[in-house]
Amino acid sequence: MRPTTPLHRPHPHESARLHVTGGALYVDELPEARNARIGLIVPAGVAHGRVVRIERSRAESAPGIDAVLLASDIPGEALIGPIAHDEPVLAGDEVRYAGQPIALIVGESLEACRDAAGLMRFEIEELPATLSIAAAIAEESFFGDPHIIRRGDVEAALESAQTRVEGELSTPAQDHFYLETQAALALPLEAGGWQIFSSSQNPTEVQQLVARTLGVGRHRVVCDVPRMGGAFGGKESQGALFACLAAIGAARIGRPVKLRLTRREDMAMTGPRHPFWSTYEAGFDRDGLIQAFKVATYADGGFSLDLSPAILSRALFHLDNSYYIPTLRFEGRICRTHKPSTTAFRGFGGPQGMAVIEDAINRFAERTGRDPTSVRVRNFYGEAPRDRAPYHQRIPEPRLSRIHSELSADAEVESRASEIAVFNAGSLHVKRALAFQPVKFGIAFTNRILNQAGALVHVYRDGTVQVNHGGTEMGQGLHTKMQVVCADELGIPLDNVRVMRTSTGKVPNTTPTAASSGSDLNGQAIADACAKLRARLGPVAAGMMGRACDEDLCFEGDRIATTDAERSVPFHEVAMQAWLERVSLSATGYYATPGISYDIEAGRGCPFFYFAYGGAFVEVALDGRTGRHRLLRVDILHDVGNSLVPSIDRGQIEGGFLQGVGWLTCEERIESPDGRVVTLGPSTYKIPAAGDAPRELRIRLLDRAGESRTIGGSKAVGEPPFMLALGVVTALRQAVAAFDGRTASEVELRLPATPESLLRAIETRAG
Amino acid sequence: MNFDATNRWVGCFTQPADAKQMKHHVIRITVNGDRHTLAVAPHWTLVEVLREHLRLTGTKHGCGTGDCGACTVLLDGRSVNSCLTLAVEVDGREITTIEGIASSGGELHPVQDAFIAHGATQCGFCTPGMVVSSVQLLATNSRPEEQEIRHALGGNLCRCTGYTKIVEAIAAAATQGEEAEG
Repeated sequence: MRPTTPLHRPHPHESARLHVTGGALYVDELPEARNARIGLIVPAGVAHGRVVRIERSRAESAPGIDAVLLASDIPGEALIGPIAHDEPVLAGDEVRYAGQPIALIVGESLEACRDAAGLMRFEIEELPATLSIAAAIAEESFFGDPHIIRRGDVEAALESAQTRVEGELSTPAQDHFYLETQAALALPLEAGGWQIFSSSQNPTEVQQLVARTLGVGRHRVVCDVPRMGGAFGGKESQGALFACLAAIGAARIGRPVKLRLTRREDMAMTGPRHPFWSTYEAGFDRDGLIQAFKVATYADGGFSLDLSPAILSRALFHLDNSYYIPTLRFEGRICRTHKPSTTAFRGFGGPQGMAVIEDAINRFAERTGRDPTSVRVRNFYGEAPRDRAPYHQRIPEPRLSRIHSELSADAEVESRASEIAVFNAGSLHVKRALAFQPVKFGIAFTNRILNQAGALVHVYRDGTVQVNHGGTEMGQGLHTKMQVVCADELGIPLDNVRVMRTSTGKVPNTTPTAASSGSDLNGQAIADACAKLRARLGPVAAGMMGRACDEDLCFEGDRIATTDAERSVPFHEVAMQAWLERVSLSATGYYATPGISYDIEAGRGCPFFYFAYGGAFVEVALDGRTGRHRLLRVDILHDVGNSLVPSIDRGQIEGGFLQGVGWLTCEERIESPDGRVVTLGPSTYKIPAAGDAPRELRIRLLDRAGESRTIGGSKAVGEPPFMLALGVVTALRQAVAAFDGRTASEVELRLPATPESLLRAIETRAG
Repeated sequence: MNFDATNRWVGCFTQPADAKQMKHHVIRITVNGDRHTLAVAPHWTLVEVLREHLRLTGTKHGCGTGDCGACTVLLDGRSVNSCLTLAVEVDGREITTIEGIASSGGELHPVQDAFIAHGATQCGFCTPGMVVSSVQLLATNSRPEEQEIRHALGGNLCRCTGYTKIVEAIAAAATQGEEAEG
């Protein structure tokens, strides 16, 4: 590592000072929003219905109201969506989920708009609604064809297996609960131009869909993303609707319009993580090795396609988690229901897939009285032939065994396991348990096209630099990492590099900031731009030092130096000299991830660039009288390659893990029988609070973990740690079993493992 | 079945009908040391007045029901949810928002320094409320135990960090404050 590089060192978040002083601006408070009119969305109240009549004249003439828009008022195309265009910006003839936007009111204040909303009248003829995966299967209400991955003769392998485990598993929905709700601001400019500010992970898609909705070319629309107050996938596709609504409102009145949802509106109108229902059969041999795994899984896609095919694919790609499966058949389908369209959420189907095989392993271990950790370790990917994923991609050098053995030592597993046994023997009402969870997560967009990125780097004559890249900042620290990459590439101080807010006017045709790939893709694009700049500045510097113009130079410590370090010139003097010599100080960069391909018909290919690994030991305490549980201690060893910024990566691991704990233990989205979400706020929908975090959390980044072919040898970190939380379920199952001490008996635990669910599990075993 | 779809949803709005006709009240408040005289409707909340009228946008709209803590401010030195506080109720009182936590010269409060140094912010949206709650905690308990810190943050939700670094930051700020006194 070069002495002055900021790479691989801890740094505060680049906006940290703004965060702690209240100076960080989000869409709702941009100066451009000050004189904007306010938009209010009127949602439909039924899950499925035919719109007979909408009465808006009283609302239109209410005080302070500029306009009331319906589907028929959309100037361009009325349908949007990230893959298929099947989502109405406003419901037209048909309402397809409770909470679907049906009218947009624009006025001088939210108050005026709310008063006007009360003056609208709707006649909607209610129609039968499909409100569950079971109902969708019964009615054969699906999107597209099944996605099937197979290898070998799974039926024969199941027949001959020593132990055959059958089960079914429902994994729950999860609301993103980003602290900043969906928000957008649309400003009409001169000559038919538009400036959109959106809280979106995908400004290019916002640009595209706003242009489509307005019926103008994409060159008329610029979308900027200042920063987001959290996103987690919930703003990958679903921010676009609100930008389109703000835009049609602004187009109608010729003035800027701002939309910001209340928490309640956000939770009713936007879709959560896909609930999945899976049935499986798993065959194990006498050594506990998986011989066969047959899974049929169904995802609730909601009313529109959104990103469901890609999410289903990733679920199927992660049904193996960390384990080699010789024969298999995985089949997945997307159910079409009358619910908000389910969407991307950290892990993107991966958690739902992994949960299935973890459930199978837990049941096998419980039924046969084996140690679940040993079963997991024994089944790890390894040397050929145990190195082929279900889709036939080779898993090179899996780091799973190394992670398990190092983490076992770190976490003092042996001594703690005996302590726990002693504790449980002497404790009637509280039982403790310790469980291990490995994770292997494929990195890349499984859709080849999305694996590309652009950057635009400007050097100014004083040697300071602006970086533009296609990624968005949602709190994950991407801009901090990109600042560090740029400073390293040009050998200049971090303070001299400013990361600009994301804009489609600076870097066009970008990919969403998703799939944990933000720093992988944009980091490479920035490095490419910086390499061009070095190639232009090198000869200038060489000339200033009286050296040959093709001499190799070193960019380091805010200077450009000869490799023998005999001569050097300050970076800013070279920048000025380059300008004087009419050498361009601005460069674009581009990157496309090599080698990604997948044939969905054959269920074969290389959908991933590399794999990220991690492991966790989780200790829980469960009170058998109340079902309350605590995370006593969590040890995590995670593979982030050579971390670009270790402090940022640790934050991702901590936060991802606890979000996974929320999904699996306390976040319960409840719907009424007629399909309306009733848990529309934090008082009823419980995300983890400070007291729910592990009492003791020890995180270590795997050392000697550099990855070839990636920026700075780093690996993606956004999603993989989320799935480490599956270890909490294994630990809770063991704690449930500890109350009766019966071995060779399975635990029936519904997810999320709330106190109620845990009490039920304890009582079910007691009979 | 025909029915009024809107009314089912308008029920969730807390606003009384014809709110505009309601009488405004003049209040005098001190915010971050500055005095303001404002005419407010009886249903206006403190967070709305801070954000929309005084342009102090560091205080965030979170849930609107007092459960997430993104709107936390100090009212006469005690932390309150400004989304549950009516503006008419704070007449004559002193309010400190996140913008008033650092000194007027821009010197950060130890809690703010510690949040930066410990990586306790990610998206930053819960941070103003977290910082305000932490400042109040340390004002009343200069050396809190870890469990006391977690308890004090019970009303502040964060979706990004997992809380660990926030708790560490507050503990570090407390230690630093003690050293400064000693």
